[in-house]
Amino acid sequence: MGLLVVGLTTFPVFRGPQEHRGHGCCLSGSHMVRRLSVRSPRLQRARRPPPSAPPTTAPMDSPSPPPPPPYPPAAAEGGPAADSQAAELPRLTVTQVEQMKVEAKVGEIYRVLFGNAPNANSLMLELWREQHVEYLTRGLKHLGPSFHVLDANRPWLCYWIIHALALLDEIPDDVEDDIVDFLSRCQDKDGGYGGGPGQLPHLATTYAAVNTLVTIGSERALSSVNRDNLYKFMLRMKDTSGAFRMHDGGEIDVRASYTAISVASLVNILDGELAKGVKPMKVALLGNRMLKLMGWVAFRQGVECGFQGRTNKLVDGCYSFWQGAALALTQKLMTVVDEQLKSSYSSKRPPGDDACGTSSSTEAAYYAKFGFDFIEKSNQIGPLFHNIALQQYILLCAQVLDGGLRDKPGKNRDHYHSCYCLSGLSVSQYSAMVDSDACPLPQHVLGPYSNLLEPIHPLYNVVLDKYHTAYEFFSS
Amino acid sequence: MAPSSTSSEGASDEWLPPSRRPELADVVPVTQDDGPHPVVAIAYRDEFREVMDYFRALYFAGERSVRALHLTAEVIDLNPGNYTVWHFRRLVLEALDADLREEMDFVDRIAECNPKNYQIWHHKRWLAEKLGPDIANKEHEFTRKILSMDAKNYHAWSHRQWVLQALGGWETELQYCNQLLEEDVFNNSAWNQRYLVITSSPLLGGLAAMRDSEVDYTVGAILANPQNESPWRYLKGLYKGENNLLMADERISDVCLKVLKHDSTCVFALSLLLDLLQIGLQPSDELKGTIEAIKNSDPEADEAVDADLATAICSILQRCDPLRINYWSWYRTTISSQT
Repeated sequence: MGLLVVGLTTFPVFRGPQEHRGHGCCLSGSHMVRRLSVRSPRLQRARRPPPSAPPTTAPMDSPSPPPPPPYPPAAAEGGPAADSQAAELPRLTVTQVEQMKVEAKVGEIYRVLFGNAPNANSLMLELWREQHVEYLTRGLKHLGPSFHVLDANRPWLCYWIIHALALLDEIPDDVEDDIVDFLSRCQDKDGGYGGGPGQLPHLATTYAAVNTLVTIGSERALSSVNRDNLYKFMLRMKDTSGAFRMHDGGEIDVRASYTAISVASLVNILDGELAKGVKPMKVALLGNRMLKLMGWVAFRQGVECGFQGRTNKLVDGCYSFWQGAALALTQKLMTVVDEQLKSSYSSKRPPGDDACGTSSSTEAAYYAKFGFDFIEKSNQIGPLFHNIALQQYILLCAQVLDGGLRDKPGKNRDHYHSCYCLSGLSVSQYSAMVDSDACPLPQHVLGPYSNLLEPIHPLYNVVLDKYHTAYEFFSS
Repeated sequence: MAPSSTSSEGASDEWLPPSRRPELADVVPVTQDDGPHPVVAIAYRDEFREVMDYFRALYFAGERSVRALHLTAEVIDLNPGNYTVWHFRRLVLEALDADLREEMDFVDRIAECNPKNYQIWHHKRWLAEKLGPDIANKEHEFTRKILSMDAKNYHAWSHRQWVLQALGGWETELQYCNQLLEEDVFNNSAWNQRYLVITSSPLLGGLAAMRDSEVDYTVGAILANPQNESPWRYLKGLYKGENNLLMADERISDVCLKVLKHDSTCVFALSLLLDLLQIGLQPSDELKGTIEAIKNSDPEADEAVDADLATAICSILQRCDPLRINYWSWYRTTISSQT
C-alpha cells in the first residue's frame, strides 16, 4: 500500500498502475466505496456478506476513515428491524429505490477494482482510446435508421463526435472538408445553422455547427461562417426582455442565452446590443451568487463519485462536464471578481458598478477579449470538486468496452454522453492547474498518464488549442 | 416505424406512401441536399425519406393548406424533434384558422409518448397562450398525468409553473405538493414546486405569511430523513435574503443540533450551521459544546486549536465529507480571509 498526497493524506490508497510505469502515482478512492455503503445502509446491511466471507469488501472497512455514522432514520423509526431483511424495511420511496439500484451497480464495479490485483487495475483505469476513436469515427460516416429521431440535430452529432475526437487528439484529416461542406449546407442564407440541410436556423444547432468548425480549425472551416448574417440572425432571435429565442417563433430559455453568447463571443461578433440584458451583473452581487452556486454544485457530486444534475436525482456521466466545468469556470471567475472588486475599491468607484466597462470603445474591446482574458487568468483556487473521484466514475462506470461512453452502468453508450464524459474527464484532469498552459502533474491524472486528454476552454467547450486558432482568426 | 393512422389526421386505415396519394399527385418531392460526401448520414427508412421529401416540397413552397397540415402530423409522428415542422405547422394552423382545442388534443397525444421534447411543450404553450385561462385546469390535469409517470420531468414542471403564473389554477396546488411529498419526500421537484406555491400563489399571502408553518413542516421532514438534502435546501430558501430572520429563528440551529445528536457527521446539518455562523450567528453554549464534542470524538483530529467555531466545523467537514474535501478546504480559506 502506498500513501499518496493528493490533498487526501488521511486516506489509504493502494498501489496504482502508474507506479509500475514509473510515474510514482497512486490513486485514492477507497473512501468513495466506503461512503457508498454509508448512504444506503439498508441496502448495504441487507447484502453485507457474513463475517466469514472473503474480504472482498475490505476497502470499505479500511481503518483510516472515521467509522460509518449511525443511521438516524433507522433509529428514529424504531430501527433494529432495519438490520434484518430488506423486505421488512420501512417503505422506500421511488427516489430511494432508484438511487439504491444505481449505488449497487456502481458499488459492484468499485469493489472489483479494490479487490483486484494492481495489474488488473491498470487495465480498468485505462482510457480505451482506440475503441472510442473507432466508435466515434464510425458515427461520423454512417448512422443507422434509428437515428432518424436526431434528424434535426445533425450539427450536434458532428460536434459531439468531432469534439470527442479532438479531446483524444484523433480528428481524421480525410473528413474535415466533408464536414465543412455539410455544415455549409445547414447554414441558412439569412444566417445561422439549422439541424440539417434546408431546416430553419436554430441557436442550438448554430452553437454545435460553429463549435465543430472551430474544432476543425482550418481556414476553410473558419471562413465558412457567414458572420454578418450570423449577427443578423442573432439579433432577430433576441427578445425585448434581453433573452433569446431558439429559432423564429421558438421557445425562450436559458439554453438560447448560453448558445447565443457563446457563439457570438467565439466568432467575435458579441457587442452591447447582443449582450443587452444578459450582461454580467453587479460585481458585489455576482460574488455572493457565485458562492451560493459553488456550494450547490459541489453538493451535486455524489457517493458514486460522478455528478447528478439536480438534488436527489441519479448520477449521470454527462454532468461530469455540465457541473464539473461550472466549477472550473467559477474557479477562474473568482479571480476575475476579486480583481474587479479590488480595482473598484481602489478607484473609489462604488463596488456596485458594472463588471464591465461602460464606454463604447472599452466595451468593444471587453467583448472581443473576454474569452481570451478569461482563460489567461490563473486559478487562485484548486479544484472545488473531487477531481480524482470524478475521473474514477468516468473511467470505471461510464466507459463501454466496445468504445463510447454512457450515462451510467446499465445504460447504452451514445455520442452525446461520449462527448460530455470526455469533456468532463478533461476538465477534471486539468482542474488543479494554476495556469492554463502547463501540464497536469501525474497525481491529478487517474490511471496511466496516457489517459491525459487535450485541455478545453470551459466557456465554449472547445479544445483550447483550437480556441486559440479561432481567436486569432476572428480577431484579425 | 410507419405513421399510425390514429395520429396522422385524415389518413385512411391503411397507410399509403405519399407518392400514391391522389391529393399529393401534383407535388414534386424535394430530396435532402446532403452533398456528394455526406457526414453523420442517417440511413433513413423509405417511408421516412418519402414523407420528408413531400414535406420539404410543401414547406419550401410555403403552402398553408389542409394537406400540408396532414403531412406535418405525419412528419411529427416520425420525428417529434423536428422543430422546423412544428414551426411550419403553427403557420398553417393560423392560416387555416384551425380549431386549437383539437390541436391541443393532438399535441397531448404526441406528448404522452415523448414527454421530454422541447418542441412539444413549446407548442402546448403557444396553444395555451391563445386559448387562455379556460384551458388552465385541463393543462394541470395533463401535466399531472405526465408527472404521475415521471415526477421529476423538468419540461412538465416548467409548463405547469408557466400555466399557473400565466393562466391560474392555484387552488389545489399546495395540496398536490403535499400529496407528492407524501409519496416521495425525496422528490426535489415537488419541494421546488412547493416553493413556487408558497412564494407566488395569490391565495396564500406569500412567503412572509407562510414562513412560520413552512419551517415546522420542513423541520419535521428533516427529522424524519436527515439524509434528505431537499428539505435542508428548502429551509434555507424560506429565509432567502432574510439573514437576520434566519439567525433569529431558533428552530434552525435546533434542528441542526438535534440531527447531530444522532449523527454527528451529518453534512447538511454541519454545513447549515456553518452558513449560520458565516452570516453572524452568535453561537449558543450548546452549539459550541456540540461542535467541540464532535471534534474531540475523532482520535485522528489534529491537535491544533481552530481559530473559531466556523473553522472547527470546516475541519470536521473536511474529515467526514471526503468527497468535498477540496470544497471545504477552500471554504475554510474564505473564513480566515474574512477575519
